[in-house]
Formats: sequence, C-alpha cells, structure tokens
Amino acid sequence: MNDFTSATRAVAWRNIHNWFTNPVLLVPSLVFPLFFFTAFAGGLSRVDSVPGFDYEAGYTTFVYGFVLLQAATFGGIFTGFSVARDFESGFARRLMLGATNRGGIVAGYWLSALIRAVFTIAVITLVALVAGLEVHGNGIDAVGLYTLALLMNAFAVLFGTGVSMRLRTMQAAPAIQTPAFLLLFLAPVWVPYDLLTGWVHAAASLNPVTLVLEAGRGFLAGDPTKVLPAFAVVGVLVALSTLWARGGLRSAERVA
Amino acid sequence: MNQVLLLARRSVVRTLRQPAMVVPSLIFPLLLLAINSSGLNSATRLPAFPTDSYFQFALAIPFLQGALFSANSAGTNVASDIESGFLNRLSLTPLRRASLMLGQLTGILALGLVQALTFVGVGLVFGDGIQAGPGGVVVIVALSLTISLAFGCIGAWVALRSGNGEAVQGTFPLFFAALFLSSMYMPRDLIENDWFQAVATWNPVSYMLEGIRSLVIEGWNGEALALGFACAGGIALVALAAASSALRTRMART
Repeated sequence: MNDFTSATRAVAWRNIHNWFTNPVLLVPSLVFPLFFFTAFAGGLSRVDSVPGFDYEAGYTTFVYGFVLLQAATFGGIFTGFSVARDFESGFARRLMLGATNRGGIVAGYWLSALIRAVFTIAVITLVALVAGLEVHGNGIDAVGLYTLALLMNAFAVLFGTGVSMRLRTMQAAPAIQTPAFLLLFLAPVWVPYDLLTGWVHAAASLNPVTLVLEAGRGFLAGDPTKVLPAFAVVGVLVALSTLWARGGLRSAERVA
Repeated sequence: MNQVLLLARRSVVRTLRQPAMVVPSLIFPLLLLAINSSGLNSATRLPAFPTDSYFQFALAIPFLQGALFSANSAGTNVASDIESGFLNRLSLTPLRRASLMLGQLTGILALGLVQALTFVGVGLVFGDGIQAGPGGVVVIVALSLTISLAFGCIGAWVALRSGNGEAVQGTFPLFFAALFLSSMYMPRDLIENDWFQAVATWNPVSYMLEGIRSLVIEGWNGEALALGFACAGGIALVALAAASSALRTRMART
C-alpha cells in the first residue's frame, strides 16, 4: 500500500468513526436537512397551486431535489469544519508530520465527506419516499441525479478544506458556511425559476447552482434538462476547489 | 437592588460587547428575510393569502429567529459563568434566585431590543409599513422582548441544568424545529398537510409569529395578540421558574 492510500484511509477512517460515534457531529448533519425537507414539503405544499407552477412530480419531489443537493453540500461543509477542528486541536499538525504524502490527507477528508453524504442522502431519501416522493425518472436519471449531488459534495469539502487549511481555526466556520449557504439559497429553492421575483430572480440567473438544481429536478421528473451545462458547472467548481484545497495544503505545510 | 442592577449592567455590557453575539443575530434573520420574501413572493397569488407582499408576511420571522439567538446567547453566558466559577461566587451573596436570573438575562433583553428596533426599522423602510401604526410598533417591540425573554430563560435553564456550553449548543436543533414546524412560511389555514397543520396549531411559536404578523398586515387583532402574549409570557414564566429551581439546585451543590 503506498503512502497516499494509507494516509487517505487513516484520515477517512478517523473522521467517519468520529462522525458516527459522536452525536454532536452526527445529529445536526441528519436533522437539519430533515427539518428543511419537513418544513418545505409539509408547510409549503400549497405552493404547487400557484398559477405557473408546472412541476408534474409534485411539490414533495420538487423540495427533495433541493434538500438532496443541500444535504450533499453541507456534508462537505461540515467535513470542512472537521479539518478546522483538527488544526485547532493540533491533531492535523501531527498528522502532517506523520504523512509522507500529504495529498492523501485531503483525499481522506474527501472520502469521509463522501461516505457521510451517502449515508445522509440515504436517510433523507427513505424519509422522502415515506412522505410521498415521486420519482418519474429511470435508473440513468437516478445516476445523473446522485452523481451531481456527490460532485457538489466534493466541491464543498474541497472548498472547506482549502479555507480550513489556510485559517487553521474553528473561526473559519462562517467563511466556509456562508458562501455555501448563499449559493444554495440564491437558487430557485421553493418555486421554479420562472416564478421567482425581485432580486433573488436576478441572483438565481447568475448563480451556477441554479443549473445544477434544475438539472437535478429534471432527473427526478424524468425530463432531463440542462444536463450538460449542469455537469460542466460542477466540473468547473470541483476543479477550482481542488486547486484551492491544494493551495491550502501548501499553506498548512509551510507552518507545519 | 443595587446588586441586581450591577448584575444587569454586567449582563448588558457583556452581551452587547460581543460582536459575534450581536452581528449574526441581526444579519442572518435579515438575510433570510430578504431571500424568503423574494423567493416566495409568488405564494401571495394563492387564494386567501392574507397579503399581496410576502415581505410583509415574513417580517415576523426575524423576531423569532433573533429570539433563538437570544436563547443561545443567554445559555452560553450562563454556562460561561458556571465554568469560570463566577456563579459560585454569586452564591455567597444574599441575592434572591429570581432576581439573580433576571439580572443575568438583562443582556438578552437589551439584545432583543436592538433586534426588535432593527427589524421594525427594516420593515418600515423596505415594506409597506405597520398596519397597526405607531402604537403597533410599541406592541411589536413589547411582544418581541417577551419572546426573547422566554427563549432566553429556556437557554439559561439548559445551561444551569447541564453546566456546560456544549449542551446549550446541542439544544439549538430543538428551537430550530419549533420554528420550522410552525406557521412560519404559510398561514395555518393554507397549510395543506393535515399533520403539519396540526403540529403548527399546537406549536406556541405559531401564535408568537401570528401576534406580530397581525400587527404588521392586519392592524389590531385582539385574539392574535392575546394568544401571542399568552404563549410567550407563559413560556417565559415557566422557564424562569425552572431556571430558578435549577439555580437553587446548583447553588446547593456549591
């Protein structure tokens, strides 16, 4: 086993073990997306009666499209917090002294975020199915949908890792969370893009996540739309955040 | 009395001198208000929606979100006093427990006042005004302070029971759930899901929201105001009694 793989496995195992065994970490990751799903799908379902709302799979499915993306993204963001916590506690410094291939450390954080996201998505999907989620898409659409979500997760964890490795303190949390929050909520969260009004409509037209969200909802409805632009957007986001995380690693190496 | 005032002054200064406590409690609710009001404005096209501006409808939400931050701040401050030993030293003074609790919570009321005035100001500048007029503004601020006190007392109670800040942070999802499972986004009679409507009807947060909302979009609605004040005041009294009891237990241990 080479150094990269062993570092990846060690970091991923430690993070996953911490996440599954510490309720303070596990519960918010699961509970918050479920709150959003419940509040939006339960409280706002009448919105599908608004003239011009033309999503045939129903409001629960419409909301699931957003909550899925949000859960995947915030799975990455919370892993970014773990990186910051490891630096603040001094663990990451010892880790960097021990690992000969430090790229494996970043890969380990990414792998743990991926496993967290898969688990969270599975729980949310089960709840959504019980609550009346209607999936009109086929297997290929499902692969497209979950691939988009996991790419958003990779983008978020690499972005969060880059910030945490530069700032090396839990004070980095707002700097990680706020941009992700804005990207997600300045998209067509509650109603289709055409029904947005005011400044959020303008912001959504510039927000790349709008394309990702619309493509995801298209997969769910069995009516794939804007697939190539959506994958191009997440591809660019992942590529840029990979460079950002690499820069963060270099910054952390200089002080290790 | 002098000691209570000193405690109150310390609480106010400590709370308002922490930008990390004040700024997010103003910025995040306003940011969400801006996003919600634009993102959900098309919901006002639903038949029987009580206003044609979602901004007016959603203006009540920041008051409750601000109160959630108050609960967190109150709990964190009390937990910090326990962890630093300050509460142990207070136990040597002849202060009554309820007075001590109120002194400790004055900072939260000050923060609640800053929040309420800010949110009312934003509502007046960006919205269509407060239908109940200047008197309504005064009542909104009073109800908002009662809500902040209620949530702040709950935060303090959790801190006194547990003795650490992490437990206070851990209760945040519960407050979050209480807010989301209410009539926050939609009037109760327009909520389509029966179970959600039932939960929102049993949830006191709905009545706090509706009390403020009635003044903003309807004018004077005695029933909504009575329910709003009764829910907020009732929770404040129960939580204050529980916090005082927890304080007695903690001081007895000391």
